[in-house]
Amino acid sequence: MTENCCVPGGTVMILSCSGGSNVGQLSNQAAVELTREGVGKMFCLAGIGGQLSGFVQSARDVPEMVTIDGCSVGCAKAILEKARVPLKSYLVLTDLGIEKNKNFDLSSEDIRRVKEAVKAILSEK
Amino acid sequence: MEIKVLGPGCPKCRQTEKIVREAVSESGVDAEIEKVTDILKIGEYGVFGTPAVVIDGEVKSVGKIPTKEEIKRWIGK
Repeated sequence: MTENCCVPGGTVMILSCSGGSNVGQLSNQAAVELTREGVGKMFCLAGIGGQLSGFVQSARDVPEMVTIDGCSVGCAKAILEKARVPLKSYLVLTDLGIEKNKNFDLSSEDIRRVKEAVKAILSEK
Repeated sequence: MEIKVLGPGCPKCRQTEKIVREAVSESGVDAEIEKVTDILKIGEYGVFGTPAVVIDGEVKSVGKIPTKEEIKRWIGK
């Protein structure tokens, strides 16, 4: 272990609704790719929803977080509210003009748009 | 009472363990303190980072060094 092994100094937590629609899965895919690119680190929203203390406390204590909901139903936002986790940066994908449907063949252009939107939100911080 | 300090061994983790031990000693509570350094075991707690403090199975703090006052509050003193 290095002397600097402790995380997450400056690491952005990424939460996605990962729901059962194109926009839900877009949120998931964007979170995966943003993690791969080193923009942040995807974290488990289901653990927060399950009220598991490690997940809930992690979300409360992390300095930087972005939450991605696919649509205005706002399931991810609702989970955080229920767990008394403050909502920080927040993005709803249908607000980007992406129509919600059940087509799971995600377009690379939509994924790119979502990732750019997340990066733009984070750059405003 | 069972207190676990999760952390692989960096300065922040060591500092957290030190503060936890001081808080327990000053409070006079009967507590068993364990330092968990195994990454796989730390992963079982679902924490985003370390150091983390777990008291009787409940994660109280993640990714930061808690204050002694916070720890005393958590252990009920």
